[in-house]
Amino acid sequence: MHSHSSEFDPHRNDPAVKPPLDPHLKALENEAIHIFREVAAEFENPVMLYSIGKDSSVLLHLARKAFFPGRVPFPLLHIDTGWKFPEMIAFRDEMAEKFDLDLVVYTNPRGDSEKISPFTHGSAYHTDVMKTEALRQALDAGKYDAAFGGARRDEEASRAKERIYSFRTPDHKWDPRNQRPELWNLYNGMIRRGESVRAFPLSNWTEVDIWRYIQAENIPLPPLYYAKTRKFVERDGMLMWAEDPRFEPLPGEQVQEGMLRFRTLGCWPLTGGIRSTAATLDEVIAELEIATVSERQGRAIDRDQAGSMEKKKREGYF
Amino acid sequence: MTAPSSIAAQASNVVPITDAAKAVRDTRPLRLITCGSVDDGKSTLIGRLLWDTKAVKEDQAAALSRDSGKQNDLGLPDFALLLDGLQAEREQGITIDVAYRYFATDRRSFIVADTPGHEQYTRNMATGASTADLAVLLVDARSGLLEQTRRHATIASLMGIKQFVLAVNKFDLVAYDKAVFERIAHDFKELALSLGVRQVTAIPMSALKGENVVYEGRATMPWYDGPTLVETLELATTRTAAAGGFRLPVQRVSRPGESFRGYQGTVAGGSIKPGDSVAILPSGMVANVKQIVTFDLVRNAAVAGDAITLVLDRQVDVSRGDMIVSLDAQPMTGLAFDAQLVALQPGGIEPGKRYWLKAGTRRQRVQVSPLSQLELASGKWKSHSDTLPMNAIGKVRLSFDETAIFDAYEQNRNTGAFILIDPDTLNTVAGGMISAKRSDLGGIHRDGQRVLLSLPADLADELMASEAFAARRDEADVRRVSAARAAELLGEID
Ligand SMILES: Nc1nc2c(ncn2[C@@H]2O[C@H](COP(=O)(O)OP(=O)(O)O)[C@@H](O)[C@H]2O)c(=O)[nH]1
Ligand SMILES: [Mg+2]
Repeated sequence: MHSHSSEFDPHRNDPAVKPPLDPHLKALENEAIHIFREVAAEFENPVMLYSIGKDSSVLLHLARKAFFPGRVPFPLLHIDTGWKFPEMIAFRDEMAEKFDLDLVVYTNPRGDSEKISPFTHGSAYHTDVMKTEALRQALDAGKYDAAFGGARRDEEASRAKERIYSFRTPDHKWDPRNQRPELWNLYNGMIRRGESVRAFPLSNWTEVDIWRYIQAENIPLPPLYYAKTRKFVERDGMLMWAEDPRFEPLPGEQVQEGMLRFRTLGCWPLTGGIRSTAATLDEVIAELEIATVSERQGRAIDRDQAGSMEKKKREGYF
Repeated sequence: MTAPSSIAAQASNVVPITDAAKAVRDTRPLRLITCGSVDDGKSTLIGRLLWDTKAVKEDQAAALSRDSGKQNDLGLPDFALLLDGLQAEREQGITIDVAYRYFATDRRSFIVADTPGHEQYTRNMATGASTADLAVLLVDARSGLLEQTRRHATIASLMGIKQFVLAVNKFDLVAYDKAVFERIAHDFKELALSLGVRQVTAIPMSALKGENVVYEGRATMPWYDGPTLVETLELATTRTAAAGGFRLPVQRVSRPGESFRGYQGTVAGGSIKPGDSVAILPSGMVANVKQIVTFDLVRNAAVAGDAITLVLDRQVDVSRGDMIVSLDAQPMTGLAFDAQLVALQPGGIEPGKRYWLKAGTRRQRVQVSPLSQLELASGKWKSHSDTLPMNAIGKVRLSFDETAIFDAYEQNRNTGAFILIDPDTLNTVAGGMISAKRSDLGGIHRDGQRVLLSLPADLADELMASEAFAARRDEADVRRVSAARAAELLGEID
C-alpha cells in the first residue's frame, strides 16, 4: 500500500542551508534516535502515540531521522476524544499524508453511546474514559507491545521518576515503587505476552530544548501554537476557546475576541490559552524564555489534586 | 586504582571564563548525581539549585507552598517536595526512587539525578551513578563522614565517576566554623584518593539558605575563597568515549529497498570516516566503510555518541548484536570475563544460574560465579562464592556459551558495561562492569582471590624474585612443577 521511500539521495539536505545543531541538542537527538531504534529492534509490534502537540511533532521528526532512509516502521496512534481542536485534526492528516505514515485513529465507542462531554461529565471522567480507557482499548486492539510517548521528565513530579522503558502490566498498570532499574543506556526490553513497555525518547528534554529544536530543525507545528485573533471566554481563571458549535457560554459570561495562542494542545474545553502576540516561532521562543509559569499550568488535568498525574499514570494514562 | 585520564585532554574541555558568554550552552549537558545519607539535604540542595537557577516556575512554586503547608523560618517552601514526586515519598518524607531534574545556567545545562539515601535503596544510587559524570556527596557538617559516605563514594568510583564534589552541608548549624570544614574536607580527600579519585572539590554550604550553592556565601564564610557548587559544575568535564578504537554496536539493519543496506547504531567509541577498514565481530569479517548516512547529510566523519547509519563497501553478514569495530584496535572477544557487579533485586545473584546478559545491543546467556564481595564499611574485598545478596557489590566471573565482546569498563564505559536479566522474572537484576578478559589457563586456578600458578621450577624462582611479583605476593601461590608437567598443562589449553 505504501511506496517505499525514494532512492537515497545524498544531497537531499544541503548542510550549507542548515547549520549543525549545538552539542546539547545533538546529544539529546542522538539519545532519542538510539531509543527509537532499540525499541523498533527489540519489540514485535511497536506503535507511536501521536497527540499532535509540539512534543509529538518533535517525536515524529526524530522517528523519521532514526529510520532514514527507510520510512517510519510502525504506525502512529491518535486517541481522538472528539473534543480536539479542528486545527489539530487537519494538521494530523496533513502530516500523515506528507510523511507517508500509517495513521491509526481510535475513539472510545462509549463516547458516542454515552455522549460523554467534559462539560456535563467533568474533566476527570472525560479524561478517564476518552483518554485513559480509550488508550488501553486501542493498545489491546492493536496488540502493541511497545508504545512510544513524548512525555518529558521535566513536565511533572511523578514523570521525573519515570524510566525511559516504562514497564506496564497486561492491564496497563504502572507500579512506580517497583520500576526496573535502568543503568547506562542498556534498556531491558524483555517482557511476557500481554505485558508492554511505554518508551519515552524525550525523557531528558526540557520545554526549552523542545522549542529550540523545533526552531533549529524547522519542524512544522499546528497553527494553534501561534497567536491569532480567536474567540474565547474566561472561565475559572482559564481562557477557553469559544468557536466550537458545542461551546455554550455560562450565564453572565462574555465571549471575547483577542490575540491568543496555546502552550500545550489537548481537548479544547480543558486547554487554556494565553494572551499573546507571538505569531512566529521566534516570537514564541522569545516569550518562553521570559515565561515564569510552567507549560502545564493551562491544563485542568494537573490541577485536580497533587499526585493526580501519578494516579492517572498508575491507571494507564500516558 | 588507575592513572587519571590526561589532564591536558580534560583542560581543553573547560570553557575559559572569559569566553563564557560566547559559549552559551555550547557544550553537552553535564550529568551529575547527588548522594549522601538520609536527611543530609540532597533534595533540599537540588531544590535550591532549581530555585536559584530559576528552573522553578511560579505555578510550581505556588503548588509547592500549598503542599508544604508550613514554611520554614526563611519563608521558603520545602524544596524537597519539588523532587519527591511519588505519593509514597511525600507520605513518608523520603526519597525512594531516582528523580531526574534539569536546570541550566548561562554556560551549561545539567541533568541531575537525586538518589535515595537509605541503604536499602543502594541499587537506585547505582542506577543514578551509571550515567553520571560527577558525584556530589553530601555530608551533614555536624556529623562528618559516615559509613554511608564511604559506601556512596565507593559505588560512585566503581561506576566510573572520576570527579567528586564534597558538599559539607548544614554549615549554618556549626556556626560556619572553618576548622570543621577543614577536618571533614581532609578526611574526604583521603577517602577519595584511596578510591583513585583525584578531582575533588570540597565546599562548605547551606543548601537551605543557599550559601555557596548558586550564590556565594562570603557574608557568613569570609575565609572561604573556593568556588560555589555551580561554578564547580560549570567547569567539570563530560566524559567522552572518543579515544580508543571505533565501536558500533549494531541496533538494526536498514533495508528500505534492494539497493540500500545500512547498519544503524550509536557510535560507542572512537571515530570513523569513509574508507576506514572495519571488522565485524564476532564473525571477524572485514570490510571498508563506504558511507556514513544521517537524515541531514552524508557525513565525512562520525564520533562517539553519534547515531548513524553505516554503509559498507561489500556484502557481509551483519545483524543486530554484532559490533563493527576498527580493524586495528579491536575489543576483547572470548567466553570468559572478570567483572564487578551490583546486585539490584531481593533474590540477589545466584552462582551457576543462567542469566541473560545485555551489553550494547547484544543479548546472550551467561553464568555468573561470585568470587568476592566488597565490604563497604572497610572498602576491602572479602572472598565470597555464594549468592550475592541485594545491594552487594561483587567481583564475579562470567562464562558464556557464545562469544562475548567487551572493552574493559575503565577503557570504555559504553562497551564495558552490562546488565543481567533474570530469565524467570525478566527483571533487571544486576548492573556490571567488565574488568578484563579471563584467560582460563589450565595452570591457573582461582582459590578465593589467590591465583595458583603451576610453573617449571626455574621459571617459578625467577618470577618470585621479580619486583612486580613481590608487590602482589598475596594474590598468587606459585607451585613448582617439572617442565614436562607444565608443558602438559599448556597442551590442555590449546
Ligand atoms: N539548617 C539547615 N537545614 C537543612 C539544610 N539542608 C537541608 N536541611 C534540612 O534537613 C532536612 C532533610 O533535608 P532533605 O533535603 O529532605 O534531605 P535528603 O534526605 O538528603 O533528601 C530538611 O528538614 C531540610 O530542611 C541546611 O543547609 N541547613
Ligand atoms: Mg531526598
